[in-house]
Formats: sequence, structure tokens, C-alpha cells
Amino acid sequence: MASEPPRKGAKIEIANLSKTFEAMSGTVHALTDINLSIGAGEFFCIVGPSGCGKSTLLRILAGLERQTSGTIEIDSAGWKVENAMVFQESGLFPWMTVEENVGFGLMTRGVRGSEKSDRVEAALKLVGLTQFRRHFPHQLSGGMRQRGAIARAFVTDPAVLFMDEPFAALDAQNRTILQEELVRIWETTGKTVVYITHSIDEALFLGDRTAIMTAHPGRIKEIIDVPFPHPRNLMELTTSSSFGDLKLKIWRVLEEEVNRARASEDGA
Amino acid sequence: MSGKSQAAKNLRQERLLYLLSPIGLLVLWEIAIRAGLGDRRFVPAPSDIAERFWALCLSGELLWDTVVTLWRIIAGFLVGAIPGIAIGLCMAMWRGVRIIVDPLVAALFPVPKLALMPLILLAFGFGETSKIVVVAIGAFFPVIVNTYAGAANIEKIYIDVARNYGASPSVMFTRVVFFGALPLIFAGLRVALAISFIIGTAAEFVAAKSGIGYLIWSSWELLQVDAMFVGIVTIGLLGVITSTMFFEVERIVIPWKVQQ
Repeated sequence: MASEPPRKGAKIEIANLSKTFEAMSGTVHALTDINLSIGAGEFFCIVGPSGCGKSTLLRILAGLERQTSGTIEIDSAGWKVENAMVFQESGLFPWMTVEENVGFGLMTRGVRGSEKSDRVEAALKLVGLTQFRRHFPHQLSGGMRQRGAIARAFVTDPAVLFMDEPFAALDAQNRTILQEELVRIWETTGKTVVYITHSIDEALFLGDRTAIMTAHPGRIKEIIDVPFPHPRNLMELTTSSSFGDLKLKIWRVLEEEVNRARASEDGA
Repeated sequence: MSGKSQAAKNLRQERLLYLLSPIGLLVLWEIAIRAGLGDRRFVPAPSDIAERFWALCLSGELLWDTVVTLWRIIAGFLVGAIPGIAIGLCMAMWRGVRIIVDPLVAALFPVPKLALMPLILLAFGFGETSKIVVVAIGAFFPVIVNTYAGAANIEKIYIDVARNYGASPSVMFTRVVFFGALPLIFAGLRVALAISFIIGTAAEFVAAKSGIGYLIWSSWELLQVDAMFVGIVTIGLLGVITSTMFFEVERIVIPWKVQQ
């Protein structure tokens, strides 16, 4: 089973990726010429204003949508499951208990019996939901539901984890706790994580690198290294001056973009 | 704990209050007839109906009619509802099925099913089958329409999750689409049950020699108005009992549906 140190997740190479939609008003360029190289076991964040196409990019990477042009290579050789996605709203099936939800990705792949129950057990333990295994999602708080969604992703042991603003709907305390848990789980499992957020703080706390995306058309404007060593402590980190400097740097880039987007909307 | 028992107590209280208006109506009715309003031969008092009800119960006649009617209604309901669910789900899963079935449903749903009774009698004769068939046709349409609506409008995120987590078409069908559609399927079943009662009773008016519908119709022809009312009351009671049972089934089958 899992050995120390954890094997690294998949490398991702994205080349010349574009996505266009046909809409009533004409062709919409959701993503234009995206080139990214994400390392094995890297925690890669993407920040950008809403509507910049970051969710679309993630959905294409996860195979839920097709790109118009360009290539994606996810080098997941040796992994049974290439990727698992954690959605903005947990997306736990309301008709299944927590346990059944967590085991869903195993059930679909024919993992049964004691192997399945052992893995579900471990995943529930990982996120602290063991006591709530027989509950239905509507009986849980938002934070617990999101924990369930994380367990459902990790239980399949994917090479890559795609996360689309998974904690955006949570209150600040819950978000902090879950962010810290996510980092802890990531550090012990070595998976590649691609994490979408609109919060600079979140990107800086979680990521090894952060890409800044711009809207209309969606492009990668800049990629910034986040040099803080792991393990990170959120409170210590956010109060340090180097964190503030980096945050300001990213904000300058984003601010320019947000203003530009607003100006083009006003003009239209 | 105490909050829960308090809620249960409130619920019991509310259910008792529900009895207030029907009982009040019966009392007013009794008083009006006894006061000489209306001809008692044509409009019996509730006490007359109760008396006749009791007599028909004792003779076993009412029980037999009830059993016969319930059998026809429930058999017809099942024969109509089960294919309704199956085809409705297929319509949501496969465009081809929808294109074939949709126009037929649109054309046949509004046809009064009792208008088909002569045709059904021609095809199936006067036996039990004809009654079951007409009820089944009536139950089929609300179920297929609701099932399709429920399955076609499942929140997109559930479909995305299922796809991302490797669901095969059969898993998608049996574990996601079906359950996602269940609340609306049940809404359709509830409507279908009521329609089954309406059509089943009416079919017995014209094409049966037994059952509650027959009891109502033959009593009318013999001007036994109190027996006629017994039939009407019995159908009402059966409706209340079956829909209560139906709610219980729904509560068990859809535990995730937030109760009000």
C-alpha cells in the first residue's frame, strides 16, 4: 500500500489550448492559447476574476468538456485513476449516505468487498467523518459536506486532484480548517493538485506556484512562484511581510485586469 | 429529545385539528336534515348513511365490493405506472426514444381515458382485464411525463460528478438518474393513484357487475340514495387511506427528501 515517501502524482503538460463557444452574440473565446507545465506532485493554484475561464480550463482538464484546439498530456502511468474532481458545491449525491458517496468512485471501478470498505474507512478517517458515515448529506453542515467530497476524491487514489473553488461557500473558520487539512493530506499523499480560486490568500497559502488568469479572452497572464516552505501555518504566514509583498504583487496584476475587463464591459 | 417529542405532539395536534372541518360539516348536515330542510328520501342524513354503511358491512357486501375495486385500481395502477417509469427514464437517457415517444404522449395524454372504454371492452371483453387496462392507461401518462421531467432535469453537477468518477451508462442510469428523478416520479405516482381511483370507479359504473362504482350506480338506478352515499364515502375513505400509505412509502423510499 502507501509507502514512504509518497510517489508523486502525474505531470501535466498543456500546449496551445483554446476553447471557443458559439453564443447568440457570436463566438466567445473562453480560453486562448493556454500553455502550462505542472510538475509531478505540485500544488498548482490558478487565480483570476470570475468569468476568466478558469473553471472551464479545469473542466477540460478533468475530461468534462472538450477543448477546441490544443493538447493536454497527463502522465498518469502507473496510476489506476487519472483524476478526481472536487466541485464548488460538494455535489454529494443526496440519495446516498456519506459512506456510499465516498465509495462511489470505487463502486464505478469495480472495487468491492473488504478492499472497498477498508479504503472508504481510511478516507472517512482522513477527513474526520467516521461518525457520520450513515448520515445523508442534508444532515451535514456545508463544511462536512465538503469534507465528504474531498474524501470521495482521495479514496480513488487519483494521480491528479482538480479542485474548483471547493471552499468558496464556507465561512472563514471552516475554510481555514479545511485548507489546513487539505495541505496536510496533500503533503502525505504527494498528489498533483490543480486548485482554482479567486482568493489570493488561498492561492498563496496552498500553492507551490500560482497562475494568474485574465478574462476576455481567458489567458495565463503570469505564473508566480510561492516560495514559502512547507509545512505552512496560515496565521504565521498571512502576518509575515513577504506574504504581504507577494499578495500585493499579485493584486497589482489582477487589479489591472479587473479594471481592463470593467472598461471593456462599459464600452460594450 | 424534548424538541423532537414537542414537534411530534404539535403534529398530532394538527392532525386532530384536520378532523374539525369534516366533522363540523357532518353535524351541520345532520341538523339541517333533521330540521326538515330537504327530502330525506333523496338527501339522507349522515346517520342514515352510517346505518346503511353498517348494514352493508355486516352483510359482507361492502367488503366484497371494496376488495374487487381495490384489486382493479391497484393492479391497473401498477400495470400503468411501472412501464411509465421505465419508458420515462429511457426518454431522458436516449434522444431516439424521446423523439419516438414524445409526440405519442402529447397526443394521447389529453384524451379522456373513459372515452376509450367501448374500444377496450371490444378488445378485452367484460372481464376484469378491461377495467385494469383502462385504469392502467390513465395511470401511465402522469407517471411517464413526471419521470421524464425528473430525469431530464437532474442537477448538472450530479451528472458531472458521475462522469468524472467513472460511472458507466448502467451506473448512471440505476444509481444517479433514477434516484435523482425519484422525487418527481413520486409526484407523478401520487397523481396517477388519484386518477386510478377516478377512472376505476367510473369504469365500474358502465362496465361491471361488482365493485364500489357498481354499488354507487346501481343504488342510484334503484333510488337507494343512502346506499349510493355509502359507496361515495367508501371511495373517499379508500382514497384517504391509500394516500396516507403512499406518503409513508415515500418517506421510506426518499429519506433524503427534507420533510416539512
